[in-house]
Amino acid sequence: MRLEPINNPSLARSLVPPTIALGATIVIASLLAMVAGANPFSVFGLILSGALGSKFAILETLNRATPLIFTGLAAAVAFRAKFWNIGAEAQLYAGALLTVLLGTGLLPWPSIALLPTLAVFAILAGATLLLVPALLKTRYGVDEVVTTLLFNFIFLLFISLLLEGPIKDPMGMGWPKSARVISEARLPRLVDGLRLHWGFSLAIFSAICIWIIQTRSTLGYEMRAVGLNKQAAAFAGIPVNIVLVKTALLSGGLAALAGFSEVSGLKGSLTLDLSPGFGYTGIIVAMLALLHPLGVIVAALFVAGIFVGADSMSRAADVPTYLADIMLATALLFMVLAIMLTRFRVVRD
Amino acid sequence: MEIIEILFAASFWAAAVRIASPLIFATLGELICERAGVLNLGIEGIMVAGAFAGWMAVYSGTGLWMGVCVAMIVGMLFGTVHSILTVPFGLSQHVVGLGVTLLATSSTYFAYRLALPEVTSPPKINSFQPFEIPILSEIPLIGPALFLQTPFTYLAFALVVVVAFVLYLTPLGLAVRAAGENPAAIAAQGLSVTKIRMGAVIVGSGFMAMGGAFLTMSAFDSFFFEMVNGRGWICIALVVFGSWRPGKALLGAVLFAAFDALQIRVQQTSFGSQVPYQIFLMMPYVLSIMALVVMSRRAEVPAALMVPFNKGER
Repeated sequence: MRLEPINNPSLARSLVPPTIALGATIVIASLLAMVAGANPFSVFGLILSGALGSKFAILETLNRATPLIFTGLAAAVAFRAKFWNIGAEAQLYAGALLTVLLGTGLLPWPSIALLPTLAVFAILAGATLLLVPALLKTRYGVDEVVTTLLFNFIFLLFISLLLEGPIKDPMGMGWPKSARVISEARLPRLVDGLRLHWGFSLAIFSAICIWIIQTRSTLGYEMRAVGLNKQAAAFAGIPVNIVLVKTALLSGGLAALAGFSEVSGLKGSLTLDLSPGFGYTGIIVAMLALLHPLGVIVAALFVAGIFVGADSMSRAADVPTYLADIMLATALLFMVLAIMLTRFRVVRD
Repeated sequence: MEIIEILFAASFWAAAVRIASPLIFATLGELICERAGVLNLGIEGIMVAGAFAGWMAVYSGTGLWMGVCVAMIVGMLFGTVHSILTVPFGLSQHVVGLGVTLLATSSTYFAYRLALPEVTSPPKINSFQPFEIPILSEIPLIGPALFLQTPFTYLAFALVVVVAFVLYLTPLGLAVRAAGENPAAIAAQGLSVTKIRMGAVIVGSGFMAMGGAFLTMSAFDSFFFEMVNGRGWICIALVVFGSWRPGKALLGAVLFAAFDALQIRVQQTSFGSQVPYQIFLMMPYVLSIMALVVMSRRAEVPAALMVPFNKGER
């Protein structure tokens, strides 16, 4: 078989493959639910009601989506330029670390000055962390996939070291956790009495900014050109390596904002379980969003909903919560295939 | 001078070879995929799946070698998924690889929870035991390291020889290498690039799963979450370090493992106990990055690595 590009794909061509991909994902998840001894309809019902069924559930989903929007944007920005940053997990912790270092009383400022400072330093920390793999790529040609992945392990051990030593909370009863940030360093709630915080609006705002950068700025144009064809971009006079480094800085900074928002808006302190893999899940979010910054918002809400829903489904129906991860993995694989099939025709030879 | 003592202890070299064994399997697996032109980032998840499948098979009553086969078959299944998406459909090897890792890891955890819903500590199996090769195992220092290991470790070394032989001295090996260097030439010979690449990815994934199975069936005797712990990613670095050659990859894996065994021992010395243990745990990852930086400059990357091949396209 071989693939032939389709010049003017029909509406059916653009819609049918993604629909089948979604359907296939649901079929596989249903089969697995049946293997686990549950009725698939009730499993999906429970996931849906767990994600959207009450005010509390909806807020939980929005809260879970917040860090995923940041890490999803981090992946979307980088992948657009074909810079494979798989290290958002480490960059998230870098942002969280700076928030805790500066926010626990070192800077006794009012919120209006402190919060932006914390955010800026978090961004700088994440960007710096990704600068190393970026320079290794541009200078020595070292593949960034492996270096960013390995950095995750190194940086988490570093955080663990700090949490058991220099930044351990003396009042923490021996737990490896940092002190809580001061109240001026807490992001306020969006609505009084509800658990949703300003980090969510910051995430939406960031997505819009990235969208504007990508569609309206020279940098956005250059990033796309580098991603499409490096040689052609270089030939057209685009400084490819500089664009890659700028992309890395932007991507690392976005991932770090997830850490800032989680500490400052939700948790208040830094622990080793601050992120249950938000950095890695961000990659799926970005792919499901087809790397579109505004699509990232929708995809993050979808993914967060599945996770939150699966948590409560797992308690009620006794199906392992890992069903959610399997669903996302199959959705991802089917979706990349489906998107390709909207633009190419399979020809037998 | 404790370090000299450590380096001249037979148990140290025996540990190095033991730690190297799973890395040898997985590195060979990745090497075969990359030699055929496909980067397989599914390695980390496939190792998790292999570790679980082999252990679970033995736990439910099969023999040890049967368990190894089960692990290999599970690995090949995930390899099939990977190869269908990346070879004939030519999808991004980065995205598919990470997707396969997520799929393999999450389905393993799902299966684990289904099979053992209520356990707090996973059950143990009767794992491979060291098999003493007479006379040779009495050679000082290298005897216990090379000839007093489990049969699973011997298999790892044998596999290096087999892979090197097939890759360099058979027409099949030539075809695999050509698929990664110049796929158009293969197609011009009337061979199917698609079949060769898919075959390489499937077989390579089987080896990765055996590497995972080594962890549960020879190194430890039980399965726990996070046990692969980045070893797959380290193997990708080892492939680069070994310049895509089986012999050099073996050398890299043993060197790396020796360093790992060393850091475990230094941790327990009077000097090591003053250093936070996390520093030692970071070492393998730092070392891998350093190896990548040093080797990337003169690496002979397969020319068509990560380049999908679509017949009729120029």
